[in-house]
Amino acid sequence: MNGVGNANAGVGRAASQVHRFLNEVWRLQPLYVSLYAILLSFVVGGVLISIIGVNPFTAYWALLRGMVGGGDQIAGSVARSVPFIGSALALAFAFRAGLFNIGAEGQLLAGGVTAAFVGALSWMSDLPGIVAIPLILIAGTMGGAIWGGIPGVLRAKTGAHEVISTIMLNSLVLFGVRWMVNSRDPVVLRDTDSTVPRTDPISETAVLPELVDSQPTLHVGLFALVGICFVVAFLLNRTTFGFEVGTVGLNPHASHYAGINVNRVIVASMAVSGSFAGLAAASEISGTNGFFQPGTFFLMGFDGIAIALLARTNPVAIIAAALLWGSMLSGAPLMQQEADVSIDVVRIIQAMVLLFVAADAIVRYLFRVRELDQSPFKATSIEGAV
Amino acid sequence: MAQVGNGTARPVLEVEGITKTFPGVVANDNVSLTLNQGEIHCLLGENGAGKSTLMNMVFGLYRPDSGTIRVRGEEVHFEDSGEAIARGIGMVHQHFQLIPVFSVAENIILGNEITKGAFLDLDTARRQVDALADRYGLAVDPDAIVGDLSVGEQQRVELVKALFRDADILILDEPTAVLTPGEVDDFFEVVESLTGQDKSIIFITHKLREVLAVADRITVLRAGQVVGTTTAETATQQSLANLMVGRDVVFRVEKAEPDPGKSVIRVEDLRVTDDRGVETVSGFDVEVRAGEIFGIAGVEGNGQRELVETICGMRPAIGGRVEMLGQDTTGWSPRKIHELGVAHVPENRSKHGVVAQYSIADNLVLNRYNHRKFSQRGVRNTAAINAEAKELVERFDVRTPGVEAAIHTLSGGNQQKVIVARELTGDLRALVVAQPTRGLDVGSIEFIHRKIIELRDQGVAVLLVSAELDEILSLSDRIGVLYRGRLAGTVEATEATREELGLLMATGAQS
Repeated sequence: MNGVGNANAGVGRAASQVHRFLNEVWRLQPLYVSLYAILLSFVVGGVLISIIGVNPFTAYWALLRGMVGGGDQIAGSVARSVPFIGSALALAFAFRAGLFNIGAEGQLLAGGVTAAFVGALSWMSDLPGIVAIPLILIAGTMGGAIWGGIPGVLRAKTGAHEVISTIMLNSLVLFGVRWMVNSRDPVVLRDTDSTVPRTDPISETAVLPELVDSQPTLHVGLFALVGICFVVAFLLNRTTFGFEVGTVGLNPHASHYAGINVNRVIVASMAVSGSFAGLAAASEISGTNGFFQPGTFFLMGFDGIAIALLARTNPVAIIAAALLWGSMLSGAPLMQQEADVSIDVVRIIQAMVLLFVAADAIVRYLFRVRELDQSPFKATSIEGAV
Repeated sequence: MAQVGNGTARPVLEVEGITKTFPGVVANDNVSLTLNQGEIHCLLGENGAGKSTLMNMVFGLYRPDSGTIRVRGEEVHFEDSGEAIARGIGMVHQHFQLIPVFSVAENIILGNEITKGAFLDLDTARRQVDALADRYGLAVDPDAIVGDLSVGEQQRVELVKALFRDADILILDEPTAVLTPGEVDDFFEVVESLTGQDKSIIFITHKLREVLAVADRITVLRAGQVVGTTTAETATQQSLANLMVGRDVVFRVEKAEPDPGKSVIRVEDLRVTDDRGVETVSGFDVEVRAGEIFGIAGVEGNGQRELVETICGMRPAIGGRVEMLGQDTTGWSPRKIHELGVAHVPENRSKHGVVAQYSIADNLVLNRYNHRKFSQRGVRNTAAINAEAKELVERFDVRTPGVEAAIHTLSGGNQQKVIVARELTGDLRALVVAQPTRGLDVGSIEFIHRKIIELRDQGVAVLLVSAELDEILSLSDRIGVLYRGRLAGTVEATEATREELGLLMATGAQS
């Protein structure tokens, strides 16, 4: 009893020391909880690994080398992370408008299948790359935008909650494209020359140039998605449209009062949100796969939720969070190979990161991080305002 | 407890030299106060003067930095409100802490459940609630669902809840803010009957009329310090207001004779439903001319909210029409109506008036953020927005460390000044104001009233909706009473009396 109490106090003291150090050295106020959530998840994951009889340091060392152990590993990690930027951005943008877009998973599929379809059109090969590549990316973006826009319209016109409608639309597109790609009679999108179910390969002209021949391939899509993050940061923080999105997200009643067309902002935000997922999918189809397979984007939309929350919906922080996410997945096989620790352990650590970010009270308690925006006026002034 | 003879004051609660600081603010500075048994002690002060902070310490929600609190002569250091309740202290908050889907009896025993084995013993609870209600003249039905009760009845439930926990020191935080004039009178009777049964009461308020009506003694706080303790017999509204604000306050707003021009707002046979689809405005007519203030009096819930929202484009009409500046604006969007030169100070400050997390500057341009001055080619001009904000903050005397502070860090009065500053700026033709000074202190009320009159004198048509009869009487040129969604009668302000208006408000009929 006493021993446990002492150990707890010790951990607490150490944690708050860490906090004080970071506070003085780096000033990372808004991202503290995320940083500590990661730290804490690795600690708990380490305990887990030692329970299965492996030295956690050995395992983590292998994981780290798998992530960033050399040029190929780094390139592979970055390549693995690129599409996560898009799916996280989709979540983050919708969050800003007060919408919970659970449908990035489906919007990726809609964007991916549209991009693959357009990329494989016979006349694509007659076009120069400078036309064909933007075309395939725009096609995917539009596919995602439409699939994201539908729940937006449903919300605006009928009040249907986007969480429900996006989940439904996820299933619709998931089984829809699966059938389209699998079916031999009739043939819809299936490449009949292939033994595995997939679409026709896209035209050579629509392939995004390769940067590094890593596993998976690192391609120019990286610049598109990193660039979009900065565009979104500017859009949200500096433009009139961004102001409308933020206002609707924080207080739709006041937005209506102030003359903002709330329904239009909701539809636009959902469409823009879906377009980021669509772009991510198109860039993968074009730069990595060269065709569409139903399982390609499995879980990528849901991982986007975790990454967006980890980055506190900050579009630039999403780049870092997505890099961490993708590299962990990219490095896990080496950990399995060398330390005999299942890849699933990385998935468990990632799930814990999300858990600790969502239940941030745990992290705040442990590391003694105070709530942001703490003001003695808060309670009384808001009371007085009703 | 032994009965104490009249005249011998026995202190039940003594607060001595309490100081409490929050980062950057001294909320209470060496505050002392004594509450005697059977006394109604009013704690008076402007918003942000430190009244609630002080009482939260007495109730164990905050801990003082220094100073002592004694209950019946015994020094106490409360760690939480549970310990305060155990010492017989009860607090009724401004915002009720009731669960709407539970019955009255369930709410009252909540946290203090009477059980029979694993089950609630609601029969016993019901009997005890009835007994309490009888004893103190607080009529409540133990089986009623709290969500169905009026605000006044919910407040009685809160009182019974405190009494059920054997409180004999009751702290009432702005209890009348949510009540209609009739309910306020009932409430005062209840409070007085409580003191007749040895309960001692601290009554927090900033309404001078009420203080004089109900208090035995009065302590005035200003900026965290006690600036005076007096009795209701010796104080006047003027003397209390001056103490509260720290300077001479003008009550009667000075205004010139109205010079009404042509019709600006014309509402004909308007019919509107509320959120539940119940028709709350049913055949309302009004005409407001340029350069006059038309006041709409009425007990809240007679269609005021829906009327104002429909005139300003926020809610569709189901019948009738609204005409402004000669154009039929029925069904127009809020933005289109605003662009016509119609400003709207909304009734619900936190829901409609501000975006709490936004800066003061962003709130000051909330309905003009898209104007060319503040946005070029879709990009916001932060420098222009901040410059405008600084000017407005100065002109409207908003007390803030800077325009980039989040608006929820301001007191209610200063938030309202931000809204008023935003709405009263620009080329206005009409102004619709709903409850412009609710919950504000005397100084802010005076300021906002002056601004409204200034606009009237510049030829703006003003439609004023207020539940405060005093406000209607002192500002309006003509007064209409809204009763069950219709205009029950219109009187010239110079001829209106409180009695006549009160009768119209209560019955919808002229005497």
